[in-house]
Amino acid sequence: MSFTQAQLLALLPILIVGATALAVMTAIAVRRHHRATATIAVVGLNLALIACLLVAQLEPQQVTPLLRVDGYACFYMALILITTLATATLSHAYLENDRRNPEEYYLLLVIAAMGGLVMVCAEHLATLFIGVELLSIPLYGMIGFPIGERRSLEASLKYLVLSASASAFLLFGLALIYAQTGALGYAELGAATSQLSANSPYLLVGGAMLLVGLGFKLSLVPFHLWTPDVFEGAPAPTMLFLATASKVAVFAALTRYFAEAGDYHFDRLLDVLSGIAILSILVGSLLALAQKNLKRLMAYSSITHFGYCLVALIAGGELAVEAVGVYLLTYVVTALGAFGVISLMSSPHHERDADSIHDYRGLFWDRPYLTSTMIVAMFSLAGVPLTAGFIGKFYVLAAGIDARLWWLVGTVVLGSAIGLYYYLRVIIAMFLTERGIHRTTAPLDWAQRAGGIVILLITVLMFWLGVYPQPLIELIRAAGLH
Amino acid sequence: MILLWLILIPIIGGLLCWQGERHAGPWLPRWFAAGSMLLVLILSLWLWISGDYSLAVPGGTPQWALEFKRDWIPRFGISFHLALDGLSLMLVVLTALLGLMAVICSWREIDQRVGFFHLNLLWNLGAVIGVFLTLDLFLFFFLWEAMLVPMYFLIALWGHNAPGGRGRIYAATKFFLFTQASGLIMLVAILGLVYVHQQQTGVLSFNYMDLLGTSMSPLTEFWLMLGFFVAFAVKMPTVPLHSWLPEAHSQAPTAGSVDLAGILLKTAAYGLLRFAIPLFPNASLDFAPVAMWLGVIGVIYGGVLTFAQNDIKRLVAYSSVAHMGFVMIGIYAGTEMALQGVTIQLLAHGISAGGLFILCGEIYERMHTRDMRQMGGLWARFKTLPPIALVFAVASLGLPGFGNFVGEFLILAGTWALAPAVTIVASTGLVLAAVYCLILVQRTFHGPIQGDAASLRDLSSRERYMLLILMAVLLWLGLYPQPFLDTSTTTMQAIHEIYRGAAVAVAAP
Repeated sequence: MSFTQAQLLALLPILIVGATALAVMTAIAVRRHHRATATIAVVGLNLALIACLLVAQLEPQQVTPLLRVDGYACFYMALILITTLATATLSHAYLENDRRNPEEYYLLLVIAAMGGLVMVCAEHLATLFIGVELLSIPLYGMIGFPIGERRSLEASLKYLVLSASASAFLLFGLALIYAQTGALGYAELGAATSQLSANSPYLLVGGAMLLVGLGFKLSLVPFHLWTPDVFEGAPAPTMLFLATASKVAVFAALTRYFAEAGDYHFDRLLDVLSGIAILSILVGSLLALAQKNLKRLMAYSSITHFGYCLVALIAGGELAVEAVGVYLLTYVVTALGAFGVISLMSSPHHERDADSIHDYRGLFWDRPYLTSTMIVAMFSLAGVPLTAGFIGKFYVLAAGIDARLWWLVGTVVLGSAIGLYYYLRVIIAMFLTERGIHRTTAPLDWAQRAGGIVILLITVLMFWLGVYPQPLIELIRAAGLH
Repeated sequence: MILLWLILIPIIGGLLCWQGERHAGPWLPRWFAAGSMLLVLILSLWLWISGDYSLAVPGGTPQWALEFKRDWIPRFGISFHLALDGLSLMLVVLTALLGLMAVICSWREIDQRVGFFHLNLLWNLGAVIGVFLTLDLFLFFFLWEAMLVPMYFLIALWGHNAPGGRGRIYAATKFFLFTQASGLIMLVAILGLVYVHQQQTGVLSFNYMDLLGTSMSPLTEFWLMLGFFVAFAVKMPTVPLHSWLPEAHSQAPTAGSVDLAGILLKTAAYGLLRFAIPLFPNASLDFAPVAMWLGVIGVIYGGVLTFAQNDIKRLVAYSSVAHMGFVMIGIYAGTEMALQGVTIQLLAHGISAGGLFILCGEIYERMHTRDMRQMGGLWARFKTLPPIALVFAVASLGLPGFGNFVGEFLILAGTWALAPAVTIVASTGLVLAAVYCLILVQRTFHGPIQGDAASLRDLSSRERYMLLILMAVLLWLGLYPQPFLDTSTTTMQAIHEIYRGAAVAVAAP
């Protein structure tokens, strides 16, 4: 099969990221130098981002039956690239004084990002699977990167085992779907399913297994058990990537699959999905209540948030894709803020990351700007107006009410009320002073670092999206699935 | 444009306070804050004097003296829409006045993180003013929630940890959870209303004027009305949902209590009058007896619980529950007289409760206790504080001559024809009020002196003038309420028309 020029152009972001991975690998082989390696990775990701913006101007391109590069794909590719860039910048601050070879981290990061890009372009179940694997396998390494740490290794092993079994489920599901329909491309699948009855057993079981596989990656209840341990054990930048880029890629792929492969056709599948959403929201919020560790709390909070996002997906219709886009974007911005602060407060030579809520006590009065980011991020996660998170929650509620999903809407309201309680606990801790116990983990000159600038930009963005979301909404409407 | 400035001045002032402290020390934020609130007060008084609020109501469509509208999120038909009529003007003036008093009464009380304190106080006031002005339901919800965050910080960071109480953070969190959760239910109701309206007209709009008169099935209307009612009932507070109030009040700093009792509770009554009833007239009419009885329960239950309090701030807090019960009765009675009584009651209760909380703060600053068992005999130990407190106490119990009497009298007289039973039971609340107010005075100021008999530092001139101004306004409301009644009469007539329209519609078939 030959490529036309337009198709090659459409693939440019993925190609650039692939080339960056090669360049980083070669650079490490030539000479170990932390800053140079990080620079190569960041430059490559930036080029890919620019390419992504260029491609977004072009007509949608079908590149082989496997990939489709349209406005939707470009939006999520840009989102994943921005998240990866933020991760790279923050990991530079995190790994800076690490004497054990930090360079390979960027290699793993870039490969994982490529997996994400492939997933959001996937128009075919085979590509979906390749993307999932390309995204997950480097993550094993990224989670266990501080190899001297018992907890990181344990987390890495746990993720490896569970993720591999989830992939097996996914593969089995794909096989069942293929057995019934004889198709793997979304368009053919959509055509095939619309002719079958909604109860054809292979298709239903296959769809359910696909949900199990992707549910693991999204850590939806009841497939969430790995999340708190892995979040706690992973180094802070990895946790950031795991909670944002990785989940966004999977969710974007799931949304495209649902919209194009005709899974809204299956009422039973939607019922199962509703159950998963309700459980995710409630279990996530209730378990977060008891957490004293910020990373575990964020892990449970991310379970809840993807439950909310699922509500928008279940609602379907014209509003669903838009609501999912808005929700994922606001969640990513917010999570970048929260995890970014944790990364900046942490460093691998300390025994552990700054992940206990206790570490943040009274921090506001010492480091007002860094803490302000955390406070705004917490309010945004709680969905309080003036912050980005509110716009996301507004969309989810609007989509739910438009589709008359009263049970799900009620759960969202309940989950938000419970969520507020634990977010407020984190917020108020940052104001409470207790003399003598304060410990500052990261160097104080954070503001001069690139990481500090990223954090400030994110804070501004959280406010801006919350107060004036219209440009964002227009952007996402343009990037819908047409 | 001037409406926008009413909101922007406190917000900008708050930022200046915050930055001011970092560069010049704690005195600057106090002056900045007082200056901004004074400016808002002058602006709002100027609006009152120069504007004409007795616009006729052609065909029941509300008329606005001033309006400001800009597109905000056109995707959902959301606009930044502010408008002013007599009722909102009265409440903005009240907010500005009590806001100024809240700044002045914390002049000495707050000595830590002064800049950040005033940032929170002013942002809260700015958001409340916004709530009173907005005509877009999205913006309304936005500001409704935005005013909670600063209030949360006011209680959690500058509050007291009363001995025996469960602490200021507990109180602040409970306040935030109650109001935010009920607020989310209102958001669901708002979205429900918007989608019902969209189904009928094909237009997605959050504009109050578009949504007025949306017709829907009685069941839908009832549920949507209930969504609004729950949010307002929590904030009011109505009895089964009131338990956050005494906690929040007893732990809050003085300025926080003044703000909470004087202003924040009024947003609930305003919300009922502006949104819940006009948007859902039929459901409101059906629901009116229930709401009125809830009000009666508030009056009696609040009154009885007030007796049992030893903490002086909790006592005033529970008396607010009782007073707001009258407001609830008046709103759902829906006669013009009762509704006018509600206006006066809102203003008078804001000022008398605000004054009493300021006095509680003054006593606490001097005695470091709020426990009435440790007071007693204070009349001998102060010169001017006890008589001033007596004035506010008798105002609060509804002595003729003060605004509270006018408000309660009009509410009860306006309700009589409609629901005599409600009126009779609610009237006993007046007796309860007399008893608990006198008990307050008797236990704190009279009787044997507890402990140390040394005289205490009397009110400074700052504190005295502040309270004298509030007393003067209370007397004005009591002796010559006509200017206030004239200002709000058009708004209240319109609401009365809505009720009558609904009642006619029920009677016709």
